Amino acid sequence: MWLSELLIRTVHLLVGAYPRWEGSAPNATQRIYFANHSSHMDTLVLWSALPPKLRAQTRPVAAKDYWGGSAFRRYVSGKGFNVALIERAREDRSTDPLHPLYEVLNNGQSLIIFPEGTRKPQALPDPFKSGLYHLSQRFPNVDLVPVYLENLHRSMPKGTFFPLPLICTVRFGAPLAIVENETKEKFLERARSEVVALA
Amino acid sequence: MNVQQKFYWLIGGVVALLALASIIGVILKMRVTTDGGRAVVDNLNQRTRAWWSMIAIFVAAFFIGKNATLVLFGIISFLALREFITLTPTKSGDYYPLALSFFLLVPLQYYLIGIKWYSLFSIFIPVYGFLLLPAFAALAGDVQDFLARIAKIQWGVMIAVYCVSHAPALLLLDIPGYSESGQNVLLLFYLLLIVQMSDVMQYVFGKLFGKTKIAPVVSPSKTVEGLIGGGASAVAIGAAMWWITPFTPLQSAGMALIIVLMGFLGGLALSAVKRSLGAKDWGTMIEGHGGVMDRMDSVSFAAPIFFHVTRYYFTP
Repeated sequence: MWLSELLIRTVHLLVGAYPRWEGSAPNATQRIYFANHSSHMDTLVLWSALPPKLRAQTRPVAAKDYWGGSAFRRYVSGKGFNVALIERAREDRSTDPLHPLYEVLNNGQSLIIFPEGTRKPQALPDPFKSGLYHLSQRFPNVDLVPVYLENLHRSMPKGTFFPLPLICTVRFGAPLAIVENETKEKFLERARSEVVALA
Repeated sequence: MNVQQKFYWLIGGVVALLALASIIGVILKMRVTTDGGRAVVDNLNQRTRAWWSMIAIFVAAFFIGKNATLVLFGIISFLALREFITLTPTKSGDYYPLALSFFLLVPLQYYLIGIKWYSLFSIFIPVYGFLLLPAFAALAGDVQDFLARIAKIQWGVMIAVYCVSHAPALLLLDIPGYSESGQNVLLLFYLLLIVQMSDVMQYVFGKLFGKTKIAPVVSPSKTVEGLIGGGASAVAIGAAMWWITPFTPLQSAGMALIIVLMGFLGGLALSAVKRSLGAKDWGTMIEGHGGVMDRMDSVSFAAPIFFHVTRYYFTP
């Protein structure tokens, strides 16, 4: 797809998006990559840092209110980097907002998610929301890989619309170990500290 | 010999040199026995491989012409500035001065060379850039560490854009009996050749005979033996290359000496800057070498001085 190529090349020229596989290898295991979230570039940067083979079977999760907000954004996010859109504002409580993600995982594809839920203007992530926990309960066989995105809060601070060229390395950590009978809070804190450890 | 022929001879010479380096690399790899030695040889071979790619890119740009060369240096400045700013702890209040530097100052500086507007080229960043960058930064209203933040941005722009741009600016000089036949690109080649040969030979002499460290804290690999041996070889190469320059052999040796000294000082000063920012290499873009700035540090100091000395003594 020409749009994907264009987006990936632009990302590489502007912010590098150099992958560092520190705790895991770039192989075809089904995974949920979870990362800190500080700019609109994050999704695209993490996706661009994956090797093309993995990229083809990995779908970033994006907020419907932003990436589905206009016909243009919908086109770019859908055709350009193959996102799975989710509702952030839960007006309709009758359906599980994570449902689109279950579908992706049931198809055997990998996911990219940002468990903070929204962009934060700092280097280290805020506490995680519970989505990651629910996914881990429902899909215990999928590896949860922590990822740290460096410098993007400097490259594209909130309120700006074009990224500054600063080099962003994307660090992939070791998959989260499974701990029996862990509470939701403990799990989320542990997941977060794994991302922080890569910073 | 016309320009084309000189150019082919130069490329032939550089290719022969790299081929020799590659062969030496293979022999060393077979002979090396210790772990430490193996690391050095692997790094040497990585560097040689990166040199092949760098030479290929430069030769391609020189062949296509002046505009391609300017675009190439524009990209180099962009990437060098990106490395510099990445290591500099900027804040969100620096967004607009940084955007101005990357997206306006870099292209305009090279555009001014392209249209041969020397007088604006030489003051554009030190005057207009110097004054406008802090003004833009002040609009963001963040006064914490303001002077330190803006000074770092100004420094990065001066080195990575202004100083580096003086290398391709050699193309806009009108040197009687030289520029008419389109030989300026050879002068640019000469500058890059001397700077890089000086760096390479200092590294080689340093590794073979280096004992007395010049500035162990700033740059542990710089030694007196390396500087003297490497510098002398680079000056000798410079003298031998007089036929691609507007200089006599003696003048050419003198110019090479200026380039070697400035290149050395550039490596030293920028190494201190790099370390004050808490890094060992500027980046990881060029395998074995580090970042773009690790290869351009000597050029950024040598180019402006070489440009102005040439302009002062060899243009009307």
